[in-house]
Amino acid sequence: MTVIRTPGGLSVRFRPRALAVGVGAAVLAAGLGLVAMGSGDYPMGPTDVLRTLTGGGSAAEQFIVTELRLPRLVTALLVGAALALGGTVFQSLVRNPLGSPDILGFTQGASTGALVVVVLGGGSLALAGAAVVGGLATGLLIYALAWRRGVHGYRLVLVGIGVAAILTGVNGYLLTRAPLMDAARAVLWLTGSLDGRGWANAGPLLAVTAVLAPLLLVACAPALRMMELGDDTANALGVPVRRLRLVLLAAAVLLVSFAAAAAGPVSFVALVAPHVAKRLTRAPGPNLLPSMAVGSALLVGADLLAQRAFTGHQLPVGVVTGVLGGGYLVWLLAVERRAGRL
Amino acid sequence: MPDRSTAPPKRHRAARTVGLLGAVALLGVILVLSIAVGAKSLPLADVWSGLLHRDAAEYAVVHRMRLPRTLLGLLAGTALGVAGAVMQALTRNPLADPGLLGINAGASAAVATAAFLGVTAIGGYVWFALLGAAVVTALVYAVGGGRGATPARLALAGAALNATLYSFVSAVMLLDTASLDRLRFWTVGSLASADSATVTRVAPFILVGLLVALGAARPLNALALGDDAARALGARPAVIRAAVIVAVTLLCGAATAACGPIVFVGLLVPHLVRALTGPDLRWLLPYCAVLAPVLLLGADVLGRVLGRPGELQVGMVTAVLGGPLFLWLVTRGRVAHP
Repeated sequence: MTVIRTPGGLSVRFRPRALAVGVGAAVLAAGLGLVAMGSGDYPMGPTDVLRTLTGGGSAAEQFIVTELRLPRLVTALLVGAALALGGTVFQSLVRNPLGSPDILGFTQGASTGALVVVVLGGGSLALAGAAVVGGLATGLLIYALAWRRGVHGYRLVLVGIGVAAILTGVNGYLLTRAPLMDAARAVLWLTGSLDGRGWANAGPLLAVTAVLAPLLLVACAPALRMMELGDDTANALGVPVRRLRLVLLAAAVLLVSFAAAAAGPVSFVALVAPHVAKRLTRAPGPNLLPSMAVGSALLVGADLLAQRAFTGHQLPVGVVTGVLGGGYLVWLLAVERRAGRL
Repeated sequence: MPDRSTAPPKRHRAARTVGLLGAVALLGVILVLSIAVGAKSLPLADVWSGLLHRDAAEYAVVHRMRLPRTLLGLLAGTALGVAGAVMQALTRNPLADPGLLGINAGASAAVATAAFLGVTAIGGYVWFALLGAAVVTALVYAVGGGRGATPARLALAGAALNATLYSFVSAVMLLDTASLDRLRFWTVGSLASADSATVTRVAPFILVGLLVALGAARPLNALALGDDAARALGARPAVIRAAVIVAVTLLCGAATAACGPIVFVGLLVPHLVRALTGPDLRWLLPYCAVLAPVLLLGADVLGRVLGRPGELQVGMVTAVLGGPLFLWLVTRGRVAHP
């Protein structure tokens, strides 16, 4: 723990290791992004990409970089950061390393909203809107069902699992109601894909993240750390636990829902990124900023892999995160079991 | 048990026997309903003649469609109910349900793999389903079978496994549109595709699984007292656990192969039945075996009535009916504590 004091009496407290991890992951994300922007049917070197980004390059290169590849990259960075931030808040709130929004029903709710639009027939904008509405409605439902003189971690987990199971059934049913081509489109969306994402997809998510990330990082992070000590302790330390939990949940649900609206419910980023960040920083408490950076790097890396791993066949990014995340999860279950934490 | 102080009074046994007979009668009613209700509703007399007379007009409808569907519902319901009951006893976990813990999803993932490899006949992919169910059952038991695994944590681990396996299934559906068209109807959980080949193919697995589970009832009762007490009562804990895992694998794998992953039946029925019989598995299991198909077929009939002119898949109906009960169990607060 290092403290920097300014002459004016301000002080900033930080962990050097956490800072290094955050910066390192951000640099990694940027580097992977540079590679991703340079690769494709029109390959470009990193220097060419940088030159084009700063205003040089031919008109064709300008178009390819700023209109096709940059929006996709920005969407990937934002979705990764938003999912990781939401996941970190969830895991911290329910005090369980498995308590991520894809397991607790929020993602399924966003999917239900999107599927309703697919079945009724609607454009991609309506689909994104419905995903946000579905995610928020599910969040509200879970909160209301789990409420009993305040919401406690484990009831939230179990209610979330129940709601997730119900919604999985509903989603499967909706999928059978759509014509085959629409169903294929829906499955693509449900898996999570960054194909053809433009500024219209990145914009709303950017706005939400720009508002909520500073709120969570600056205003809520210290209180969240105290809440990990238990509700009573946090109360005694002056944290308004009940109100804060509502704010945190709302913020996390918003982040996850908007991320799902932008790229579909990309699985396991919200689960894995906080773990990776925690292992790297070795710091107690929620590592919000390092998690965001790790989430971005993870998603950009996964997207690069998904685009280039099989020549001639582009996978949606959700397949890569699903496979990697699933493997990680099995390993995690084994480790947690051995350590007696599960 | 021979000890008079712990043996239930005779009138309890009589009441339970009468109750079981009542449950069987209820099952009979549901079986007839399941044959009668559908896109073309049959009056009772036609059900009868359709079943018995080869030249009756209803013979084809009854024998090609309704009867296999009903029999499959009977088999799958029994399998899921009994599997849920023994899983709950084995893990001592009130939330253990083959659907929630990911066992059915394991079988689904294996079936999706089979579909991707081009194995689309039930006789082929039932083996895949059994293998998938076996792997996940063993994994679930390794995670949640020992001391210290609380209901909530086991459920969470199961939900995480479910999420993994479903993302695998959707990846398969994404890569292959033909698989998508087949699997999207199957992954909801449906009895609609039942034919006599499916029924005869999965029936042996389910019957063997049922026999093993029923045979394990008495030693599982002993195991509820703890390993040491069970050993003192003459049971062998390791053997019983292995037997239960085999039974659950056979029951869930075969049921899932035939009608897709169905959640909540294995959770709901044992909980409802326990209110009638108490925790004694020698009564609990037969009751579950009779009442679980009542629930599954009831949900199926309901789906056919509500979804006219098409139908709602039974998996969707059980999820929507069973979910609230799960939520009630959880929010009541008894199992929520870590």
